Amino acid sequence: MAENGIGARSLRKEDARFLRGTGNYVDDINRPGQAYAAFVRSPHAHARINGTDTSKAAAASGVVGVFTGDDLAADGVGGLICGWMVTDKNGENMKAPPHPALAQGKVNYVGDHVAVVIADSLAEARDAAELVEVDYEVLPANVDTDKADAEGTPRIHDDIPDNMSYDWELGDAAAVDEAVRNAAHVTTLEIVNNRLIPNAIEPRAAIGEYDPASDGFTLYTTSQNPHVARLVLSAFCAIAPEHKLRVVAPDVGGGFGSKIFIYAEETVCAWASRKVRRPVKWTADRSESFMSDAHGRDHVTRAELALDADGGFTALRVVTKASMGAYLSTFASCVPTYLYGTLLAGQYTTPAIYCNVKALFTNTAPVDAYRGAGRPEATYLLERLVEVAARETGRDPAELRRKNFIPPDAFPYTTPVVLAYDSGSYEAVLDKACGIADYKGFAGRKEEARQRGRLRGIGFSSYIEACGIAPSAAVGSLGAGVGLWEGAQVRFNPTGSVTVFTGSHAHGQGHETTFAQVVADKLGVDFDNIEVVHGDTDKGPFGMGTYGSRSIAVGGSAIVSACDKLIEKGRKIAAHTLEASESDIEYDGGAFSVAGTDRSMSMGEVAFAAYVPHNYPEGLEPGFEESAFYDPVNFTFPAGTQVCEVEIDPDTGEVEIVKFSAVDDVGTVINPTIVEGQVHGGVTQGIGQAVLENGVYDGDTGQLVSGSYNDYTMPRADDVPAYDVEMYETPCPHNPLGVKGCGEVGAIAAPPAVINAITDALGTENIDMPATPERVWQALARA
Amino acid sequence: MYDFTYHRASGVADAIGKVNAAAEGLFLAGGHTLLPTLKLRLARPSDLIDLQDIGDLRGISVSGDGVTVKAMTTHATVAGSKEARAAIPALANLAGGIGDPHVRARGTIGGSISNNDPAADYPAAVVGLGATVKTDKREIAGDDFFTGMFETALDDGELVTEVSFPRADRAAYYKFKNPASRFAIVGVFVARTGGGVRVAVTGAGPCVFRVGEMEEALAADFSSDAIKDIQIPEDGLNSDIHAQADYRAHLVNVCARRAVDAC
Amino acid sequence: MPTVSLTVNGKAASAEVENRTLLVQLLREKLGLTGTHVGCDTSQCGACVVHIDGDAVKSCTVLALQIEGANVTTIEGLATDGELHPMQEAFRDNHALQCGFCTPGMVMAAIDLVNKNPNPDERTVRRELEGNLCRCTGYHNIVKAIIAGGQVMGG
Repeated sequence: MAENGIGARSLRKEDARFLRGTGNYVDDINRPGQAYAAFVRSPHAHARINGTDTSKAAAASGVVGVFTGDDLAADGVGGLICGWMVTDKNGENMKAPPHPALAQGKVNYVGDHVAVVIADSLAEARDAAELVEVDYEVLPANVDTDKADAEGTPRIHDDIPDNMSYDWELGDAAAVDEAVRNAAHVTTLEIVNNRLIPNAIEPRAAIGEYDPASDGFTLYTTSQNPHVARLVLSAFCAIAPEHKLRVVAPDVGGGFGSKIFIYAEETVCAWASRKVRRPVKWTADRSESFMSDAHGRDHVTRAELALDADGGFTALRVVTKASMGAYLSTFASCVPTYLYGTLLAGQYTTPAIYCNVKALFTNTAPVDAYRGAGRPEATYLLERLVEVAARETGRDPAELRRKNFIPPDAFPYTTPVVLAYDSGSYEAVLDKACGIADYKGFAGRKEEARQRGRLRGIGFSSYIEACGIAPSAAVGSLGAGVGLWEGAQVRFNPTGSVTVFTGSHAHGQGHETTFAQVVADKLGVDFDNIEVVHGDTDKGPFGMGTYGSRSIAVGGSAIVSACDKLIEKGRKIAAHTLEASESDIEYDGGAFSVAGTDRSMSMGEVAFAAYVPHNYPEGLEPGFEESAFYDPVNFTFPAGTQVCEVEIDPDTGEVEIVKFSAVDDVGTVINPTIVEGQVHGGVTQGIGQAVLENGVYDGDTGQLVSGSYNDYTMPRADDVPAYDVEMYETPCPHNPLGVKGCGEVGAIAAPPAVINAITDALGTENIDMPATPERVWQALARA
Repeated sequence: MYDFTYHRASGVADAIGKVNAAAEGLFLAGGHTLLPTLKLRLARPSDLIDLQDIGDLRGISVSGDGVTVKAMTTHATVAGSKEARAAIPALANLAGGIGDPHVRARGTIGGSISNNDPAADYPAAVVGLGATVKTDKREIAGDDFFTGMFETALDDGELVTEVSFPRADRAAYYKFKNPASRFAIVGVFVARTGGGVRVAVTGAGPCVFRVGEMEEALAADFSSDAIKDIQIPEDGLNSDIHAQADYRAHLVNVCARRAVDAC
Repeated sequence: MPTVSLTVNGKAASAEVENRTLLVQLLREKLGLTGTHVGCDTSQCGACVVHIDGDAVKSCTVLALQIEGANVTTIEGLATDGELHPMQEAFRDNHALQCGFCTPGMVMAAIDLVNKNPNPDERTVRRELEGNLCRCTGYHNIVKAIIAGGQVMGG
């Protein structure tokens, strides 16, 4: 292994600036002459707007502009879009209602955008925003996902009578019916996957800046995918042609999906900067983040798992209602469909699967991808079903899983729900997890806890994930409005240092380090002489950004392709310089040598020759930089088993996570420290979903009840234990690094592990997430 | 935040003069309830009168009778005071469990009890120990000080200057925290003094209250077993997304027993 | 507008502020010290923690005018002669940060934690981090870093 190459625990390059307070987040940026935006937001979940009077606000101190939806419409600014067309089971396109950046006559959730006030100072903008008078006609609210399509439920969009965007299905319903009829046992569960509010600690922010000299715009924004933001803002919102719009996403303080999407605020800031001829800055306060960041999950599911007499899974039937919130956010439609239904085979050989999903509008913040996006929902219901099935049929939960695993010699394995798994070592991973979790010793620990008056339980979760969302042709055929490749450019500078441009975007993942390790390994360049540049549409090739744990598998592979091109070009230069035939040039670790001789040339010397081509191959272009675009041939399939152990205080219902063990197979590991950190963070968000976090709207008023850290429970340091995290490496066979992706595995795996442990301790079949002390206490009272 | 005019007071009389002269003046102590309220634009005072320069309002004194905490004394100071901890360990422990370390570094006892948040900790100690609240013009018995949700016996412009807590033979506070805010869903302060037993409950209802039935049972037999079957009625208790009234009623029993066990 | 004068990271500083200006706004907007972050509006997340006269405090919950004459240390003031503070080193060595947004407040809180609880154990560290939220790391490596940094600071 090269020092700081693939597999090294390199310290992060990013940390030097973050630890000194010299990071550069959007809110740290101030542009000369900037004004500040404050948004007037709907206080109602559902209301018609009969009139808006902005005159008092416009006359207030420091105000330079007040705009409403009519002003955007007059300028031809388009609404926000959903970029994935899902076709419902009748062959019809999903219903995507208009989503204006500022309301047009109606508001559909608390926090919906009504108007914007722009002023010299933030305080003045906020003061004046309170002076905008809006005449609301309040309508009844619909916030209950399970009842959103029921008769009599208030209709949110006039032309969508049952509040349904689409009614989608996947799999063989008849085969499932048949198998359920013939089953020796059927386990049935009704499961709520609770609404989560992402809560990256950096709130969203944007600065729009119009430059009259170039008639161009710069938008600084908290984005996970600045190129996609530019594309949408240009092609659909009509802010500016793409070549006149630069989007910069500098340091971004966490995303977890919530910063993928194109939001009203950044659209308005960009547009308004030309109206007021000043840069316009907006930074969400946390209350605004709670109200208007896209939320996650929010499913209600009825599911059945059929087993034969030996415990073999014969069929799975899943019927889900998924809340979309009030509008379709940027990628909302694909989350409960292609990122959910397709994952329902899990790690198992279940031959017949059927999934039906109704996507429903409610008077709540839009729901879109949040860490895991669809895959946690699939894993949760499947791993809950498997655990309950084991208990109901008197089988050991680990053994039941082992019995149904897809065996190692079955790969590539095509599931009944479309996907073709490329590789996996499920049983070996489970065995390793049982080892580090000391599964054999659990009974003793349970008894010891009982003597202390505490209830101890253990729960498993064996999950599958599909990462890298690809290839483009496949996702295109499923309705994706974009390609899902990634771009990279690797540029040798004449003095031998390297600048790497990537279309991926890091907001905590450490790409500047991991990608540099890949390049150091491939090109033999010193790690310290490699700089990874991302987050600016004016720098480097077009890119699709970071979500779905795709960066190393797709973005990293693009970098490898660019490196390979450099090596091939370098081979020509070396052959010429060393007066050898190209076929005799061997490349290894940054040096080109003539086979069987001691004649060689370093990569740096080759790069220098390419920029100073005095003695150079005829017909070969000078310069030493290469671009590559990588479109994978398949998803990658990280998988693993996580094991949770809890203790419950039966007096109060408090749950303590006392032990959490994870064995994750994310393929080849570039930087183990960074991968472990991703697992720690993901697991914590998963524990958060299982026992702490809940996005709650009031059933009558539609007010967001969990709208601050006083009511939305964020995991704190004393809510979680130290984790035992280990890896099991089964390389991905179809990308050059053998990598699979690691960003979401914890958030996907942990919730069912935790709930399986809690229900094991309680001796109950089910408890809804989050399993708060009150809910656990209620379950104990019922038991 | 709406704008206001900021003043510093040089002494108690100056503070009261300034607050009375203002259209809608408020005292500013540690600011850890007031400033968050202002940031969310939930209040609109015309003037804030900062009390930090008033040296007379800081400090802890311990005597044979008990512990007197001046109004501007921070929670961290109370928690860290060896003398206070030696005299009434339950009081120091309670102060050390308010908020988080950064909040404790600024938040004050005077600010806390004057605000009377239904989920605050200090009201449980004031009532549980039968403390006396001293203001610029009178003394108010702890039992009479807290009158309702965010309401106290203080008149407009009246300033808490110190709180005197009598020593107890045995005392402890047990808090069941709201998992999100970490305020008390239920906190129970139990104390046995020469004057009898007190059981004061915060968090469960709109305002701190005593549980007479538990006090009587504990006076006869100061053990957690003595109160294990005493369930307070859930009528009038708080209900929210974290805990309905029946759960709170149950937790009062649990917390009271644990407080007794910790005495 | 009133003027506030104080010492920030060992240097005299002075700025005109509104009555309602918060310390964090003074630091970020008037003094250009953008290392101190704002992550919530309810005084809970701890991204804004700085030291005032040696105590860790949430700078979003202090008025600028309240700290006239005080001695404030921010994340920018920790390194001396370019050398990271032992706690900063420990955060880097233990991969105790990912997106970096909570990091300044977390480091300032960690130093205060160790000052008040020398050589803390894991339980103490987790308990005393109640006022600091991190969404990336799951706290695992932060806890490790604070224990390690505490040993260097104490030793």
